[in-house]
Amino acid sequence: MAKLMTEQRFASPDDVYQLLIDSHRDLTPEQSTRLNAKLILLLANHIGDAEVLAEALRVARQGIE
Amino acid sequence: MHATFSYPKYSFTPSDEQRTGNVRRHPVVIVGAGPVGLTAALDFARKGVPVVVLDAEDTVSVGSRAVCYAKRALEVWDRLGVGQRMIDKGVVWKIGKVFNGDRMVYQFDLLPEPDHKIPAFINLQQYYLEDFLVAQARKSDLIDLRWLSRVISARQEADHVVLQVETPDGVHAVEADWVIACDGAKSSVRKMMGLEFQGEVFKDRFLIADVVMKADFPAERWFWFDPPFHRKQSALLHMQPDNVWRLDFQLGWDADPEEEKKPERVIPRVQAMLGADTPFELEWVSVYTFQCRRLDRFRHGRILFAGDSAHQVSPFGARGANSGVPDADNLVWKLALVLDGKAPESLLDSYCDERVAAAKENILNSTRSTDFITPKSEMSRVFRDAVLELAVDQPFARALVNSGRLSTPTTYTDSPLNTPDGDRFAGRMVPGAPATDAPVERDGLSGWLMEVLDGRFTVLYAAGDGPVPAEVAEALDGLAAGPLPLAWHAVTDRRRGIAGELVDSAGRLRERYDLTPGSVYLIRPDQHIAARWRRFDAAALSAALDRAVGHTVSR
Repeated sequence: MAKLMTEQRFASPDDVYQLLIDSHRDLTPEQSTRLNAKLILLLANHIGDAEVLAEALRVARQGIE
Repeated sequence: MHATFSYPKYSFTPSDEQRTGNVRRHPVVIVGAGPVGLTAALDFARKGVPVVVLDAEDTVSVGSRAVCYAKRALEVWDRLGVGQRMIDKGVVWKIGKVFNGDRMVYQFDLLPEPDHKIPAFINLQQYYLEDFLVAQARKSDLIDLRWLSRVISARQEADHVVLQVETPDGVHAVEADWVIACDGAKSSVRKMMGLEFQGEVFKDRFLIADVVMKADFPAERWFWFDPPFHRKQSALLHMQPDNVWRLDFQLGWDADPEEEKKPERVIPRVQAMLGADTPFELEWVSVYTFQCRRLDRFRHGRILFAGDSAHQVSPFGARGANSGVPDADNLVWKLALVLDGKAPESLLDSYCDERVAAAKENILNSTRSTDFITPKSEMSRVFRDAVLELAVDQPFARALVNSGRLSTPTTYTDSPLNTPDGDRFAGRMVPGAPATDAPVERDGLSGWLMEVLDGRFTVLYAAGDGPVPAEVAEALDGLAAGPLPLAWHAVTDRRRGIAGELVDSAGRLRERYDLTPGSVYLIRPDQHIAARWRRFDAAALSAALDRAVGHTVSR
């Protein structure tokens, strides 16, 4: 069973963070939401494993309610 | 409005028991002469069980309603001798296309493999379907159809049920060992018994318009999200016989159902879809909402629920009538064996187990489709729209587009009637699965496996290229002569002249059932797989048969 990897994996973490932020530049909140949804779908398919996705969703939801 | 169909009027004739006041005890009374009740009645008659069918009305379904009938329901009707008439009249189809705006984003084929007798789907107005079922029922002396006979109360006694039935001649009692309530989503039997029908209500309204027109759209299911002619809502197009087309428009929760039904509201919507210069006439208009809900248990003592009275789904996926017919298919052979003293009453609980599992599967699929078509939250809509946007260029996203996952039969994976596999097999024909069709030659005539599976238990013995060993034939002849209705057939690669042999000349049976010489399948009267082995073992087969009729098998 694949496991969600939560150790640091980026060669250059600051570059990745900037990529995310830059991709939303000049977008309205609505457009950003749309971009995020498409990004999530693309990445979820790339992972291709419902268990890993479920684990990621569980971790992401922690502290929200 | 235009009328391509004239509704039959079935006359009320008072029954002997109403005229004389002598109450009779019937083995089975079916409440409701819709597709499910009539299917059950035909199946009982085929098994030699007399039935009374009570219906509150005196005609068939008003409006085309269900329209889409799936392969599995058609296979049941074909076994009952009425399927071909439906297929001949119906529009046969198997391709579905999904559009977003004016671009196609997804296409599916519901029967991608060849060599099946029955098509993936037909479209047929429900009134034709019921008319054909009634005509077939009238051919049987064992089916007593009673129109204008409304059940107003049901009382369970220790060993029977007493119904009070209201007719034009007054109220009288009818007694039955068993009652099957096939009286629809608004089931009065269910209400009389105070049973909870729980689930989800969806806040959306849809307009159905059946229009008569000459058009050259193909016989395919076309579904639009956000089409140019009906912005921000969905729409659906289906071909029916007699140049009738089913159009379905999503309206949203705030639409006023009475206003939306008015021709002056409907006609502009239809014109926008078809183009202003396409002449058409309205045949039938209806506005509906829907719910996904079910009874907790489908058996309540001697009253059994089947079809919409037991479970209700949204229309996306055509899972209403198409799951009600398998309910009847599942129940009738079991109840016939119980009535005949050949199976314990507890076999009826497996009806509940298996068909509740099917209802859960149907409700899950139908709810998911509905959540996609009618997103319930802002973020749900965002994801839905993102899927549609990605689907244009990204193949992975097309699989997520859900305009209705169309009805397929349920595999009773966890059924207590299954004998779990001890041997290795490939493919889909696992215990609990509905048998898949294949062409076979019998007595020199080409036919189909589904025609061989005739409502009895069936044993298939794969003889390959050799003869059937004498001890195998003897054991199987013994079973066939036993108390349970059972037939057996040798499956051969080429003609060998064995009595009842099925010649698998195309090799489809071998392929679809992963047969090797010596393989054995036990198939139930409702054409679901009960057990299979790589080698014939008479004791194992007997034990599997016992298990399949609900006897507890010690392991």
